[in-house]
Amino acid sequence: LSAVETAPEVRRQIALARVARYTPWALSAGAVVLAFLWIGFLAPACGANGCVGTQTNFGSAVHDPQDFLATLLDGVTAAGVYFVVASGFTLIFGLMRVVNMAHGVFFLLGGYIALKLQRAFVGQDSAFGLLSSQVHFWQWLVPSLIAAVCIAILGVGTQQIFLRWNQGQDLRQALITIAIAIIAADQMVAHFGAFAEDIAWPGVLDRRLNLHVAGVHYTLTRLFILAVAVGIGLALWLWLKKTRTGMVIRAGVDDRQMVSALGVNIQLTFAIAFAVGSALAGFGGALGGSFASLGPGVDGNWLLYSLVVVIIGGMGSLGGAAVGALLLGLVSNFSSAYLPGNYTFYSIIFTFVLLAVVLAFRPLGLFGRPA
Amino acid sequence: VRLTSQELKRAFQVAIALGVLVLAALGPLIFNTYWISFILTQVFLVGVAAASLIFLSAYGGMVSLAQVALYGIAGFVLGNVVTTGNSKGLNLGWNPWLGVLLGIVIATAVAFLFGALASRSAGIYFLMITLTYAVIANLFFGQVTTFSGFGGISGVRTPGFIGQVDVHPNRLYYVSLVVAVVVYAAIRYLVRTPFGITLQGVRDDPVRMSSLGYNVPLHRMVAFGFAGFIASLAGVLFVWWNGHIDPASIDLSATIDLLVIAVIGGLYRLEGAWLGAFVFVLINNYIRSVPGLGHIGITEERFHTVIGVIFLAIVLLSPGGLMGILGKAGEVIERLVQGRRGVAATPAPSAGTPSSGSGPD
Repeated sequence: LSAVETAPEVRRQIALARVARYTPWALSAGAVVLAFLWIGFLAPACGANGCVGTQTNFGSAVHDPQDFLATLLDGVTAAGVYFVVASGFTLIFGLMRVVNMAHGVFFLLGGYIALKLQRAFVGQDSAFGLLSSQVHFWQWLVPSLIAAVCIAILGVGTQQIFLRWNQGQDLRQALITIAIAIIAADQMVAHFGAFAEDIAWPGVLDRRLNLHVAGVHYTLTRLFILAVAVGIGLALWLWLKKTRTGMVIRAGVDDRQMVSALGVNIQLTFAIAFAVGSALAGFGGALGGSFASLGPGVDGNWLLYSLVVVIIGGMGSLGGAAVGALLLGLVSNFSSAYLPGNYTFYSIIFTFVLLAVVLAFRPLGLFGRPA
Repeated sequence: VRLTSQELKRAFQVAIALGVLVLAALGPLIFNTYWISFILTQVFLVGVAAASLIFLSAYGGMVSLAQVALYGIAGFVLGNVVTTGNSKGLNLGWNPWLGVLLGIVIATAVAFLFGALASRSAGIYFLMITLTYAVIANLFFGQVTTFSGFGGISGVRTPGFIGQVDVHPNRLYYVSLVVAVVVYAAIRYLVRTPFGITLQGVRDDPVRMSSLGYNVPLHRMVAFGFAGFIASLAGVLFVWWNGHIDPASIDLSATIDLLVIAVIGGLYRLEGAWLGAFVFVLINNYIRSVPGLGHIGITEERFHTVIGVIFLAIVLLSPGGLMGILGKAGEVIERLVQGRRGVAATPAPSAGTPSSGSGPD
């Protein structure tokens, strides 16, 4: 064997393979370092007369710490909503291997339910929606929770009627959920109209908070989103780690048949996981409908965010969803803020680059494990 | 001379294929202008795009949602290269053929890149990764005003021999027909080559193929690149036919529509591409004329509800799509015919498999 290994031809091939293996690592590490240097120190700021060449809207972090911090917070808080929605998606996939392509319409329907309930509770509807000063905190929270419950019931219904009898046929299940998404999205346009609307934040949250750091006054609603996302993440983590149901779910992710053979009612566990996953989509819809807006096409966008988050983080992993959401939120916000001012519209490419880099190294995502 | 049932089946299939082909070739004599320019031309070109999807799923085990994005890339490149006077885009105003060449080359190159990134995944992961490609391509052309922006690119000229599509609809009709036939023949040929056979091996058992020494990701990547090339042909035809392309032409709804077409036709049979396209375009055009639908709140605007219900029904009842249903119907007929011939020719009970029924002949 040693004679074979020392043959010059073989040695050269081994060396080539090594270069081929480490080049992408080196390239991506270099790109990340370059991005940090650019954002931190190098990016020049636009002049008073607009942006020229590579000048960016804010300039480097050293030059303008206030906008840097605001961008950082924007990224982290956006990641909060991404995480809430994507954690439901990844929970369902992890246990049942069901890619729920209807997750986006569950999100949108949840948002619409919360929106309509809020308008009914407040009772003052106008063409321009509600003002936050009209809305009490419970008039935001109760509609959102009811929406979550409604979508949970819808999700379990969908699972029992359409997905229970064809377990294991993952492509067919994905196609079924796509069909449901087509019908539901079209019916939502018919019933809720084609205009973008948003859920009003409660008045107590809709203000700016002085953070006393670099003079940043940051919107309280976004910090609230972050707090809610962290709370949901912790609750999910405790549920999966500390309770019996969570234990069964974790076992089911690893070996469904074994769990079932040990006498656990795996069908009940499936239904519970589907209910929780859908409820997260519904609640995410209320959160996202307040954070952004609700309208036709929004379902597709949030399905995309969920997909990107779980592809990056690894399907079925809660920690992966958190990391994926954080990466997506940070990359999309920083790329649109720190690209040269005349080219910020290219920021969408960076979402793709992020996805491409992760897939090139880890086809199953950062925390993904083979099924 | 008595034919075996295999030969009979084959003859029957060839007869149907020839019949469809002759009907299509004589199209302008049979159908009115509306059918030629709005229905059949669209069926051919959408069928080509669907064929690229079905090729990947039937022979590569990869259900791709990126075909519409690739078709759009070819279309946008063509539009940017040949047009002048759009408010957005490059407005290069070059030769139409150069536009076609660049469109196809760039879209195929992007397909190889996409394929390389997704090549270590298969099945459901592949579906998700390609869906993100599709949405990102749509957002890219929506946001990047250098190439398009939301308004898209209008006034795309066709090469001289096709002329203005609304004046000479028959020319583009025949071009689309020829492209469709060539694409069909090329795929049928490719899957019989060593590459095609290996690809089917990769589809069935990637681990075994890998241990036999085949480069599995490379085969997936090349197949994806080839499918991207076919999709780019459809993109060129689409822009010629439509004269205009905008991000809405490749949005999520369009992406899903192509999947719906492929599934309705049959994800595992190449012919399903055009069958699915035909059914889809027909429903889209004639939904308003179906009596009774209006009373239950289904109007032209609710087209996607109708197509979604049909899609759901197909997926629930016949995962092989309409081609699967036709295949099953064919089997039933074959069994009936065989049963009758079996009784007439060989009275002795046959212990063989059903397909050996006419062996003694």
